[in-house]
Amino acid sequence: MIVWTLLEWLAWGASGLILAWMVADALRVSHDYDEDVLLSSREGEMIMDEPHDAA
Amino acid sequence: MAQAQAVTETKAQPIGLLRVLGPGHVWALGVGIVLVGEYMGWNFSVGKGGALGSLIACWVIGLLYTCVAMIDSEVTSTVAAAGGQYAQAKHIIGPLMAFNVGLYLVMAYTMLEAADALIVGDLVVALAAGTGVEGVDPKPFVILAISLLALLNYRGVLMTLSVNFVITAIAFLAIVVFFLSVEPWNPGAVLHHADLLAGLPYGWLGVVAAFQFGIWYYLGIEGTCQAAEEVRSPARSLPYGTMSGIITLLIAASLTWYVAAGLLPWEYLGQAITPLYDAAQASGSTGLQVFLFIGTLFAASASANGCINDAARAWFSMGRDRYMPIWFGAVHPRYRTPFRSILFLIPIAVSFAFTGLLDQVVTFSILSGLLGYTFMPINMHLFRKRWPLGSIERGYVHPFHPLPAIVLLVLCTATFFATYLGYGVQLLAMMSFYIVASLWFAFHRYKYVRRGDQFTMPWPRPRGY
Repeated sequence: MIVWTLLEWLAWGASGLILAWMVADALRVSHDYDEDVLLSSREGEMIMDEPHDAA
Repeated sequence: MAQAQAVTETKAQPIGLLRVLGPGHVWALGVGIVLVGEYMGWNFSVGKGGALGSLIACWVIGLLYTCVAMIDSEVTSTVAAAGGQYAQAKHIIGPLMAFNVGLYLVMAYTMLEAADALIVGDLVVALAAGTGVEGVDPKPFVILAISLLALLNYRGVLMTLSVNFVITAIAFLAIVVFFLSVEPWNPGAVLHHADLLAGLPYGWLGVVAAFQFGIWYYLGIEGTCQAAEEVRSPARSLPYGTMSGIITLLIAASLTWYVAAGLLPWEYLGQAITPLYDAAQASGSTGLQVFLFIGTLFAASASANGCINDAARAWFSMGRDRYMPIWFGAVHPRYRTPFRSILFLIPIAVSFAFTGLLDQVVTFSILSGLLGYTFMPINMHLFRKRWPLGSIERGYVHPFHPLPAIVLLVLCTATFFATYLGYGVQLLAMMSFYIVASLWFAFHRYKYVRRGDQFTMPWPRPRGY
């Protein structure tokens, strides 16, 4: 039983870390980039695979 | 220095979703969302109409979804935009229809994602029970499943759908291996259809009632359209991926029914939670049980993964067109994903999942999907009328028009009737929700929409205008 209790806590902890990382990343991107750039996507435009920036 | 320069350049350039996907990813998206329905849920149709009634529902609803796949393949091969049917409705019918279709998509996929996460949680609890430990809380595993898959989606569509391809293929392989291992060429050895099939215990009304759960065999294949803005060649990849997906599902559904109906009595099958796993137990093979357990876990994960992808694209598209706050229309500059939409939908999915009401959540998902299918014949009729063959380039032209659209409309009507028989209150509640939402859009939200900007396809003026 103790193993499963430990797994439950691990699952809570891992979920919290993952969600916190995503929220932190989203806040960082919103801070670092101009809103006009983040909203510059246009429907149906052709953007093929290209190197990602290193931000 | 070079890194700072790269950031500066990216900050100055417009950013959008990346076209990195091929037909295999489209297949993985469509089949991945659906295949969990072969592992569970479809069997409630057995409870309504008996095993034979379930088989009839499997094929009749299979016809409904074949029409969906054909119509979707034609329209979406010309509307290469995220949002799928939402973008189609916007260009072909109008804003109010588009708003409703967008909401159907978001609700259908978010609720299905919640149901999938519930299944993952239940599987972990079952695993614990198998080791002799009772009372394990499924909630941390539900939220872990949603968080992990949301993270995958957040960090890029190519990896998301590549993972989906692998786990979906394994889940499909598990069904095929199960079918081959029960010696279908040797009736009576392992499978006992002659003893177990009991005709139509509730008559033809039971067969119609079974249609509602026959949808589980295929619910979500239309999700392939959401990849339209991220496939390298929409005109080729979307029809290939969608049509191969529905063929895969028709095979998987038939195999699933054949194996389960030959191993389990219909009275048990009609209320089982994990029918395919139970059938594996009935076969007596430990190896098959383990394989089917893994298949169930992978199928539920693939479905949730695809649902996160699709719900986020639909929400993102509505945000980009200002049907919802434009804040949701942002693209991550590094991962090129609709990151705010992905994040926003996580707590909604988790709250649905934490209710623990699997059947209610899936019923609302099915109803939203069904409303979306009912829009498709109208959409197809107007598409062919306003832009006849030859007026715009199509990647795929579906045959026998308008027969598939008529068949789809008739079958949707029959399925609404079947749903009303079993879940009338939920159906009316759902309709009321969409009517209120439509009023909000028409009288409040639409004033924020830039009407000219939302029509992006380089199509000629529609016939009659």
